[in-house]
Amino acid sequence: MKRREEYVKKRFNKEKLLQGNEAVVEGALYAGCRFFAGYPITPATEISEVMSQRLPAVDGTFIQMEDEIASMGAVIGASLAGAKSMTATSGPGFSLMQENIGYACIAEVPCVVVNVMRGGPSTGLPTSPAQGDIMQARWGTHGDHPAIALCPSTIRECYELTIKAFNFSEKYRNPVILLLDEVVAHMREKITLGDDRIDIFNRVKPTVPPEWYIPYEDTPFGIPPMANFGEGYRYHVTGLTHDVRGFPTSRPDEIDPFIRRIFRKISQNFSDLQIGESFMTEDADVSVIAYGCVARSAKRAVIDARERGIKAGLLKINTIWPFMRIQVEKVLKTSHCVIVPEMNMGQISREVKRVNKGDAKVFTINKVDSTIITPTEIFNRIREVC
Amino acid sequence: MAGVTELIHKYLRHDKKFPHVWCPGCGIGIMLGALIRAIDQCGFAKDEIVLVAGIGCTGRLPVYVDFNTLHTTHGRALTFATGVKLANPKLKVIVVMGDGDAVAIGGNHFIHAARRNIDLTAIILNNSVYGMTGGQFSPTTPYGMRTTTTMFSNVEQAFKISELAVTAGAVFVARGSVYHAKMLDGLLEKAFMKNGFSVVEVVSHCHTQYGRLNRMGTAVEMMQWQKEHAITVEKAAGMADEELADKFKIGVLIDRELPVFQDEYDKVKARAKGISIP
Ligand SMILES: Cc1ncc(C[n+]2csc(CCOP(=O)(O)OP(=O)(O)O)c2C)c(N)n1
Ligand code: SF4
Ligand SMILES: [Mg+2]
Repeated sequence: MKRREEYVKKRFNKEKLLQGNEAVVEGALYAGCRFFAGYPITPATEISEVMSQRLPAVDGTFIQMEDEIASMGAVIGASLAGAKSMTATSGPGFSLMQENIGYACIAEVPCVVVNVMRGGPSTGLPTSPAQGDIMQARWGTHGDHPAIALCPSTIRECYELTIKAFNFSEKYRNPVILLLDEVVAHMREKITLGDDRIDIFNRVKPTVPPEWYIPYEDTPFGIPPMANFGEGYRYHVTGLTHDVRGFPTSRPDEIDPFIRRIFRKISQNFSDLQIGESFMTEDADVSVIAYGCVARSAKRAVIDARERGIKAGLLKINTIWPFMRIQVEKVLKTSHCVIVPEMNMGQISREVKRVNKGDAKVFTINKVDSTIITPTEIFNRIREVC
Repeated sequence: MAGVTELIHKYLRHDKKFPHVWCPGCGIGIMLGALIRAIDQCGFAKDEIVLVAGIGCTGRLPVYVDFNTLHTTHGRALTFATGVKLANPKLKVIVVMGDGDAVAIGGNHFIHAARRNIDLTAIILNNSVYGMTGGQFSPTTPYGMRTTTTMFSNVEQAFKISELAVTAGAVFVARGSVYHAKMLDGLLEKAFMKNGFSVVEVVSHCHTQYGRLNRMGTAVEMMQWQKEHAITVEKAAGMADEELADKFKIGVLIDRELPVFQDEYDKVKARAKGISIP
């Protein structure tokens, strides 16, 4: 008994030394997550383990499913029944979840999917970091669909971006992917929980009587209010393309506005979804655009460069999708050279090059040997290109 | 008869999605009728029912009825249902699947749902074929039969869905057929009232695909076949295995008590909060 009390006290002590994966759990619980379904996989397992201990204490439910397909299905079902829901996995499991992630997109079911990236493809490198799932987070599921993906590079960001991931999913009725890499997931930093409280967004519910409820009706923001199962609004949810009432349709005049609406949800609210940080980019000759653990090395490299009189800057992008086009374009305009270091063969750099109108030269650092890109490597590249 | 029709109509989404997609004479409609009658008998409110289905001809069933309805992905209906039930245990969650849906692509979910014993009812319409995609063989297609992907005869052995459910740990398992419609009403009712994972396998026919390829005749003739090949559990108890070779048992195969997931998880919640339980 005593041990349990001590354990509980320790848990609720506000100042903590937390791992990225643990900070994700803290953020999720703070955001109101009350359902978690998952299947163990390195380097995401701690999220399941901690959730299994924390959720029942707040009347939530943790369930270990038979695989990641089942986990994603359960998460969607729980969300439809009213619980804020989440799952966590790594590359192989993320691949298995894709069909049901598409389901959450088309049926507009809020949920959060954490993918702690490992080296790939296939079983790849279970215990090593990589950033190879950037494009999978955008285009992993089949068909045209909207996507939101966030990527933290500090423990504080793990906590805050998880809260924001829930907020975005509830607000936009879309799955939100949280991309961690193994470094951020497993390293520890001091964090004080609950000192800058982030507002919590809960799904907008219908206010009309059930007879008037049109579950997939267009609204000025493109996001229809969502009734939970069991609240008196009996409606149909399907993965088939549906009309505004939720019933399957094959009418071109109903399909087109539907697909366009789910894209408009994101495009119309683009600026709300942009999270990032500029560090000394205003007067920079060379700017680095980085995310995840690489952004940490990049910051060090920029500081070192400045100390040696090189005007360097950093744009850290936390929002991976929708791509932070406006901020990236600004950096491309003001800097002569832009370096995009990534632990993949060049996924975000493709996006940077896509939006570059020839204002800056874009260089890459691509590291795929399972080790983190060091400050020295980025610093050397900065020196090389300027 | 008029009374029965009236009752069914009380639950249909008339103004919405009719006519339905099924072939005239298909057994799925009979199962839908039984499902509605059983729900009505049990006295559940429309608002508390969540009807979940997978993909297939059978999977199309929920769209026609006025409950909370959830048409999921192929094979995954039980996983969605698991989430619904655990997030709001007050809901009565019923899952409808085809044979391919339940024991081919969804086979792993099926055995684990049974093992886990979450309070759900799974109804599997077994027509021995993939109806919706045009008549390919399924895990319940008997050895030697013709389908569009076994034109030279099926060389695989068939699953027995109900027996599989018993072995996997379901607390209530029954088999019926669409020919024995009245009996089916009763089996479904029992399944709905059972606390824990209950399974009702409904033997049906797909005359359009499977029946045509195997020269089994019209829907009526295929139902005649069901009549002739069904043996009640009670009667089968006194019969030799050889006599039962081409027969299928109908009735309640098992009705037992095992710890139900939600009840057990309530204890987990208490332990996590530091409340000691006896
Ligand atoms: C992942 C996936 N694979 C394949 C399909 C195509 N598909 C649709 S229904 C079906 C088979 C349905 O057979 P069954 O479950 O027996 O239902 P029935 O149509 O016979 O009622 C298949 C293979 C699909 N929708 N999704
Ligand atoms: S294809 Fe077969 S299972 Fe499907 S509706 Fe027609 S008869 Fe029924
Ligand atoms: Mg079938």
